[in-house]
Amino acid sequence: MRTTLRKAARTLGRSGTASAVLLLVVVAAALAAPLLAPHDPNQGNLLDAYGGPSGAHLLGSDGIGRDILSRLVFGARTSLLGPALVVGISLLVGVPLALAASWYGGWVDAVVARVFDLVYALPGLLLAVLTVALFGPGLTPAVAALSVAYVPFLARIVRAAARQQRVSPYVDALAVQGFGMLRITGRHILRNIAPVVVGQAAIAFGYALLDLASLSYLGLAVQAPTPDWGVMVSDSDALLKGYWLPVAAPGVLIVLTVLALTVLGARISGDKPPGYLKRRRRSAAPPDRTAVGAAA
Amino acid sequence: MSTEPLLELSSLTVDFATEDGGSRTLLAGLDLTLAPGEALGLVGESGSGKSMTVRAITRLLPPAATARGAIRFEGRDVASMDAAALRAYRDGGVGLIFQDPRAHINPTKRIGAFLTEALRHNRGLGRGEALARAEAVLAEVGIDDPARRLRQYPQEVSGGMLQRVMIASVLLAEPRLILADEPTTALDVTIQREVVAILDRLRRERGMGMVFITHDLDLALAVCGQVAVMYAGRIVELRSAESLHERAAHPYTRGLLGSRPAIDARAPRLTAIPGRPVSAFEAGPGCAFAPRCAFATRACESEPPQLVPFEGGLVRCARVEEIHAERTDKRTSKEATA
Repeated sequence: MRTTLRKAARTLGRSGTASAVLLLVVVAAALAAPLLAPHDPNQGNLLDAYGGPSGAHLLGSDGIGRDILSRLVFGARTSLLGPALVVGISLLVGVPLALAASWYGGWVDAVVARVFDLVYALPGLLLAVLTVALFGPGLTPAVAALSVAYVPFLARIVRAAARQQRVSPYVDALAVQGFGMLRITGRHILRNIAPVVVGQAAIAFGYALLDLASLSYLGLAVQAPTPDWGVMVSDSDALLKGYWLPVAAPGVLIVLTVLALTVLGARISGDKPPGYLKRRRRSAAPPDRTAVGAAA
Repeated sequence: MSTEPLLELSSLTVDFATEDGGSRTLLAGLDLTLAPGEALGLVGESGSGKSMTVRAITRLLPPAATARGAIRFEGRDVASMDAAALRAYRDGGVGLIFQDPRAHINPTKRIGAFLTEALRHNRGLGRGEALARAEAVLAEVGIDDPARRLRQYPQEVSGGMLQRVMIASVLLAEPRLILADEPTTALDVTIQREVVAILDRLRRERGMGMVFITHDLDLALAVCGQVAVMYAGRIVELRSAESLHERAAHPYTRGLLGSRPAIDARAPRLTAIPGRPVSAFEAGPGCAFAPRCAFATRACESEPPQLVPFEGGLVRCARVEEIHAERTDKRTSKEATA
């Protein structure tokens, strides 16, 4: 267990490990919300309206006296559920399409790839706004629209990685052992490109979270009384009255979570942390003291 | 010959579409017959079409290549098999040993998973039984501590051992025909002999047929009953391994035999066949070997020779009778002077 963790930390690097820890904390908070939240997220005491941080309300309270920390903890649930659905549905649709396209090649691949390009050209937010205009605001239409929009974001990467595997000699060897397309793509190709898929999914999760928060901020996705980070940021009343904490706290959380997802996704896909090469080179060849002295 | 042949190729031709819309012939009308349990050597230089033959037999040709002619396995036409029949044919019919095991085994799976996947998925064996069988066959191909090897990843073992693993995987499937595409080219010479010996023994024990592809004529002679020498996508000589040494008739075969260093003498310089090997599409209208042949006449370069019976084998050379006569003349005159 210990060595597994240490190995994971080494592959992820410092920033990746920090991101993973932060995300674990957020997910744990969402799961254990009723246990962690000090107050009912929807029950306010008007006497506490815009109360600053105190022993009872660590992050203060909002305009109708609801505990901000509790709303953040419960808000993690809706804020994470939406992107989880978006990424899940996109993967379910996009990965089989991408694998089939890379396997069969030819016109199948051409058609699928062009459809991906076409959908990729549509901005996800615009599609979501259109859907909401048709079906009315709510989390379901927003998630549905974003799910479609995120298919190419995931599937294009999967297709490229799978094509590379498809022409590997081991795939021919498997075919000549009598295995069919489903087994080779599902059990071998997908498995071998898993880091790319998971990494890209993490990055997509961050973007979807941001998109859904934006939609909720505009009042198009999650609706007002429900605790949600995007909804909380839209509390313009607090800002107008000069109270920044009710808006800044969820805003910072959104930024940190999306940042962590992006960094972690990049590390999982195999991108090296910035400065990696420089550090490597330095450790590989110890600096020549005389040269440094001469330069200085 | 009362029994049905295991594998029958008749005028197998493979064309390769080029980028500019043209096409290049890589295999030009191959006829071969293999009886069950027999071994046939396919010998030739790079580009002679050996690997394309194997790829055509297993229907693994690259998308740009098209095969014409017939490939019949146990009487069934391979080209017209549907997906299910093709999978069954590849599962228990043919087994392919690749030249480079490192590239042809999924590096992210353990050796045990590689060896048992076909048994479990295609044959419905349980995990325990499949692993036990894999372990037994690994021991048979001469791998020490097979239980430990099953838990290792491909990159944790040497190339020679991995090639044995690949051979074991083919033996586990118990195919009626083994296709060995230069199975030992990537190995050290010392290990080469050992691996070939194991393959040869286990094949004989199990009564499997084999097409053994190599550019090493001696290796083919050691393990095959019949040897087909290929040049530029055609068979130029086909005869039994025993008679090839003494009775090789085609100038190319004789050139190959002559270019090997003698084991008991120092050679200051090895004999070589002048020129370079050509592919089928580069060959002229006549005999493909004519530009490099010491016996070629003008007629050789314009008139394509046919594969004709000669001294118990088949030879594709228009002048084979004359060359042979010359040779016997020389020999008798030498004997006369001696």
